[in-house]
Amino acid sequence: MKIAVCIKRVPVMEVKFAIAKDGASVDETGLKYDVNDFDLWAVEAALQLNEKNAPGEVTVISLGPDAASEQIRKALSMGADKGVLLKADKVPGDAFAVAEALAAELKAGAYDVILFGKKSIDFDNSATGAMVGELLGLPVVTGVSKLEIAGGKGTAHRAVEGGVEVLEFPLPAIVTVDEGLNKERLPSLKGIMAAKKKPLETKPAQLGGAGVTVSKMELPPERAAGRIVGEGAAAVPELVRLLQSEAKVL
Amino acid sequence: MDESQYFSEQHHAVREMVRAFAQDEVLPVAAKHDEEATFPWENIKRMGELGLLGVPWPEEVGGAGLDLTSYILAIHEMAKVDASHAITISAHTTLGTSPIFYFGTAAQKAAYLPLLASGKVLGGFGLTEPDAGSDAGGTRTTAVRKNGHYVLNGAKRFITHGSVGEVFVATAVTDPSKGTKGISSFILTKETCDLAKAREVGVGHDDSITPLAGFRAGKKEDKLGWRASDTSELIMEDVEVPAENLLGEEGMGFINFMRTLDAGRIGIAALSLGLAEGAFQAALKYSTERKQFGQAIVNFQGISFPLADMATEIEAGKHLLYAATRLAQEGRPFGKEAAMAKLFCSELSMRATIKSIQIHGGYGYTKDYPVERMMRDAKICEIGEGTSEVQRLVIARHLLRELAD
Repeated sequence: MKIAVCIKRVPVMEVKFAIAKDGASVDETGLKYDVNDFDLWAVEAALQLNEKNAPGEVTVISLGPDAASEQIRKALSMGADKGVLLKADKVPGDAFAVAEALAAELKAGAYDVILFGKKSIDFDNSATGAMVGELLGLPVVTGVSKLEIAGGKGTAHRAVEGGVEVLEFPLPAIVTVDEGLNKERLPSLKGIMAAKKKPLETKPAQLGGAGVTVSKMELPPERAAGRIVGEGAAAVPELVRLLQSEAKVL
Repeated sequence: MDESQYFSEQHHAVREMVRAFAQDEVLPVAAKHDEEATFPWENIKRMGELGLLGVPWPEEVGGAGLDLTSYILAIHEMAKVDASHAITISAHTTLGTSPIFYFGTAAQKAAYLPLLASGKVLGGFGLTEPDAGSDAGGTRTTAVRKNGHYVLNGAKRFITHGSVGEVFVATAVTDPSKGTKGISSFILTKETCDLAKAREVGVGHDDSITPLAGFRAGKKEDKLGWRASDTSELIMEDVEVPAENLLGEEGMGFINFMRTLDAGRIGIAALSLGLAEGAFQAALKYSTERKQFGQAIVNFQGISFPLADMATEIEAGKHLLYAATRLAQEGRPFGKEAAMAKLFCSELSMRATIKSIQIHGGYGYTKDYPVERMMRDAKICEIGEGTSEVQRLVIARHLLRELAD
């Protein structure tokens, strides 16, 4: 079985973000990067499917700058077989532009299953996987929390409000992965060694035209300091009055 | 620090993996193993799976096939979270496995390296004796040749993995008339003391290892720190050791083990630096969160100055450590630099952990915060694998030798 996983290089979120001088992008100074969490679970899902359906091959594809090869290597160290970097110095904020470039690469691969993370933790569009499915004319299942592939078809669980939806679909198909499907494995040191020797091809990304551009970014307004109106039961009338007249929540 | 002078992208990948393992799987159990002085068998199994028990050995013998820098990084990173796990890696790899890798015959390597490098069984190193500590040349354990084997009698003290381990390299006097040149080294095997647990987790014991009659672990030490690391006495009573277990040439045991200790010192330097950094990071975080007199305590110079000192010394320690590592990796002489790195980083680990507790105030003295454990774990770094005094002796000898050249 041939499996492709599309992964994204995203900033590690444990920092205070600043807006760049252009006012419409994030200041990248001092940022650290990693594989998008949801994409790591997609890689893990691909490796588990591959282990169950051997022989097979897992290809990891990322669209990003040269440095995104670090993220591809991480997936290779976990056990993926080969990587493709679709090089773009700046990743467009428009998911469709990215989806077109990924679709162009995926079309030729004859993959049985194409996995994505449900969303990227930076732009949070939840769009790319579904758009690629549309462009390739493939069935798409989004936000999967359980996945089985057997006998040329797939079964997936999706968490819906108050319950679970069970879906069946023919292959080839696109599946986007939700939290809870698995926990990604740590690469072993042997995996890290082996990743260095695995093929990683770099080619220019054939980005589509951006229909949407980011015009402005703003940080949320600073929260005003809290106020203490009094103590004990005596403070209740004033508190209720403020909640009604000022906060307007009652 | 510009890390590119020491680390490649692959080194960063190694560090990231060890960091994730330490945070997710070691940190949650570190305090409990310390409190109860129990050996973390489950994590030993995981470390074997991840390749952390054979980092620098070639893949052909079951190792991960990485360079020395990767190995030192792994110890350094692990010690930021728990020194006991870090010394397990270091003692098993440098002390337990490396003498067989460097001085073993083809048959010895084939018999033991795959088991050790994969972490299937744990190894240890027996040099120190009740009456031979810093003066390792005062070895009293004897090995007498008899009918094609050696008969060993004596005891080894403070042996990491003495109880839990199965494969040991140890020194014994084969020719009392020749001083240190009359000391030889041997491979000694026994069964792990935790056999039931080892069978349960699937590592720690292998049936192919023949226990030698009369060779056993003695008292397990109850220690101030490194409490999740196993330290025991080893006792040899008329142990008949097959002649093929002689490690290296007869009379070369002491000399070979001194070379092993040079490498071990880089490992202790890495462990010490990891402790210092772990304590520093905890203090830095705490000082920005803890408020007194209406503001975060880091705003007071009484708090920020020791943090600045710690950061500066850690930076210096990193350069000493990775410069010594690079020399060793390139096969150049590194004994003086290893002793300097060990001396500086181990004394730094003590200073930094004490400062960290001071910054934490009363909370730092409690087991609710990890820094008291770090301080207890740091003290032994100034003692084990050569005391600070011995490091100064080693460095001074190098200075005099250079003067004579």
